[in-house]
Amino acid sequence: MTKLLEWLFGVSFVLVAWAVVSFDLLDLSLPQTYREVAWPMPLYLLVSFGCYSLATVGYRVATFNDCEEAAKELQEQIKEAKEDLRKKGLKM
Amino acid sequence: MSKYVREETECVHDKYSVLLPTYNERENLPLIVWLLVKYFGESGYNYEIIVIDDGSPDGTLEIAEQLQKIYGEDKILLRPREKKLGLGTAYIHGIKHATGNFIFIMDADLSHHPKFIPEFIEKQKEGNYDLVSGTRYQGNGGVYGWDLRRKLISRGANFLTQVLLRPGASDLTGSFRLYKKKVLESLVERCVSKGYVFQMEMIVRARQLNYTIGEVPISFVDRVYGESKLGGNEIVSFVKGLLTLFATT
Repeated sequence: MTKLLEWLFGVSFVLVAWAVVSFDLLDLSLPQTYREVAWPMPLYLLVSFGCYSLATVGYRVATFNDCEEAAKELQEQIKEAKEDLRKKGLKM
Repeated sequence: MSKYVREETECVHDKYSVLLPTYNERENLPLIVWLLVKYFGESGYNYEIIVIDDGSPDGTLEIAEQLQKIYGEDKILLRPREKKLGLGTAYIHGIKHATGNFIFIMDADLSHHPKFIPEFIEKQKEGNYDLVSGTRYQGNGGVYGWDLRRKLISRGANFLTQVLLRPGASDLTGSFRLYKKKVLESLVERCVSKGYVFQMEMIVRARQLNYTIGEVPISFVDRVYGESKLGGNEIVSFVKGLLTLFATT
């Protein structure tokens, strides 16, 4: 099963469950509070996911390691390499 | 010299082939080769470096020939091609000539540092992983030379990829990796994408085929970013590629 299909199945399942509860499609006679809580759920979930995404990406950008030392080390090794290669006869 | 019977599990017989596809890397090629020789030499692992130059007009091949004289034809192999033919085919071409049972792929422009090579090898042995992927996003992995915009695009794209593909690896567009040779062969023949998406597709297909994936944090020193900014075109083709993988795997 492709990821697209997995998503479609998952989303359909959630929507069907939501519709059954919100619109009482199976005549389950659920208490009114269930229906009141279920009704805005899809929107809440979308908004929550949006906030989670922003927070996660924001956090990851803020904590993205800056490799200052790696850059310095590379610069020094480049000098060392050029010198050594020159001695070994490399003509750049 | 006595001959040994070849056995898959004996580490004495492990050999690491480093594939270096190059295009206009006259300045960087000697430096990356020097670093590779240094770190492989210090670690004692058996290796070879395969330079796959795509007809660089700046004389990369000529420099590669000089390096071959300095370090030996058993250590530096030249397998050039006539023109720029793309990364996937460069790997296929390189694999054909590789005598190692493991293959390193990495960039030749010094953004990937050979000092991580022993870590990759140890990680691979630790779990007998089919592939080990260098990650910029975990542990003390990171990047040098990126501004806020670039970091945002990178993390945003990676987040989207994680949500849609759930790939089980933290860095999908990275190209510093160690593969078992047979694993690389089977993956490259199945992958159809180009550019960033090609590297992503390799990992996704690896998961499909139930290959095991290990990770090693790496530092990525970007010296090229200033010259070639990540533009709209690349972003669009990345999204297209991502959606294609989403719909087909």
